[in-house]
Amino acid sequence: MASEQPTYEELIKGLWRENPVFIQLLGLCPALAVTNSAINALAMGAATTFVLVGSSLLVSSLRSLIPKQVRITTFIIVIATFVTVADFTLQALAPVVHKELGAFIALIVVNCLILGRQEAFASRHSQRPALADALGMSLGFSFALFLLGAIREILGSGSLFGVSLFGPDFEPWVIMILPPGGFITLGLLLGVFAWFKEHRERASQQAALDTGERRAA
Amino acid sequence: MASPEAGPLRMMVTLGIAGLCSGIAVVGIFLVTKPRIERNRAEALEAAIFRVLEGAKTRVALVLREGELVRYEAEDGAIPKEEAIYAGYDESGALVGHAIPAEGAGFQDTIKLLYGYRAASARVVGIEVLESRETPGLGDKIIKDDHFVANFRDLAVEPEIVLTKTARSRENEVEAISGATISSRAVVRIINESNARWLARLGGDQARHGTADADERVLARGGVE
Repeated sequence: MASEQPTYEELIKGLWRENPVFIQLLGLCPALAVTNSAINALAMGAATTFVLVGSSLLVSSLRSLIPKQVRITTFIIVIATFVTVADFTLQALAPVVHKELGAFIALIVVNCLILGRQEAFASRHSQRPALADALGMSLGFSFALFLLGAIREILGSGSLFGVSLFGPDFEPWVIMILPPGGFITLGLLLGVFAWFKEHRERASQQAALDTGERRAA
Repeated sequence: MASPEAGPLRMMVTLGIAGLCSGIAVVGIFLVTKPRIERNRAEALEAAIFRVLEGAKTRVALVLREGELVRYEAEDGAIPKEEAIYAGYDESGALVGHAIPAEGAGFQDTIKLLYGYRAASARVVGIEVLESRETPGLGDKIIKDDHFVANFRDLAVEPEIVLTKTARSRENEVEAISGATISSRAVVRIINESNARWLARLGGDQARHGTADADERVLARGGVE
């Protein structure tokens, strides 16, 4: 592990540069399915955070004990256990939220973001960077879900966190809280992110060219 | 990668231990949360009973025994695990009506609901959806649309409840939600089917459980109104 980066860098990368939803395009199923309101999006983000952080810590701690031929099986057992714990806990402590999210809590097991982080990161790093990576990715995922949920709720229900924003005259744009609204919003956001990225790359290329020219002159 | 190259025995032991630990964790959390989860469900049902039967202060669970409705006796007043309906009484012990749980297929998944029924006037007097996965924004209006829910506060059940797409003009009509006809129709069908199953039994039930004078009082009050 010669290439271990500073922990801060592991934490930050998931938020923007390697954002799981907007850049890596992972975990799109919940990102589309439960983001019809901001509160649902945050609840899903919190449940995913719990599973990802728990799994990453455990996998990182046990990484030298897990034979590599059966590592995927072991990761899935670990992840499924954390998901079941989250499922029952939500059902017991927050039945209303559980009712809203329905089957999507159980489906966190197959969120490829979580298995992906175990395989690509936690199984190759010690606990500190693994924890930072898991937290960063979870926060990036929750941020993306919240952005989708807030946009869809504002346009589709005229409210945010259930608080009406535009008064009774607002005609809700119902399609935004239906599945097509999820695809439309995600598509537009991906476009915005790609545009930003390209813009920035072009700017840095231009800067490199400029310095090159000056040096030549 | 730090993971060692392992022989078959080691792989089996690793997976066995992982499975065992996972099993213990899953069963553990299940046992820990089970009483709480059951209490949440019972509380939700209990609260719904008193919402669909306005004015009810106490309730008695009734279960089927050999085709007859009998009082369900539980020391702690718990909700029966088997299929049951609930008779609600006001402070003076008079029968307010029956809360009947019913379920059936909706647009996406099973809709579970509870409705209040008043045998004295042969009317549905309230409805509450307990569980549904109807489309957010459209089908879930069967819960959120006050105009639709209001249809069920005073709804005649004879000869049967009918769904209409125009404004309600008869006492047994329910006005469908535009954009959610299937969900609206599902609710009406669920109640009609449940009525066919339970209502005939309720007549006989009152004679035995409703305390005869209480029923007379309800009838008398219905006459005064």
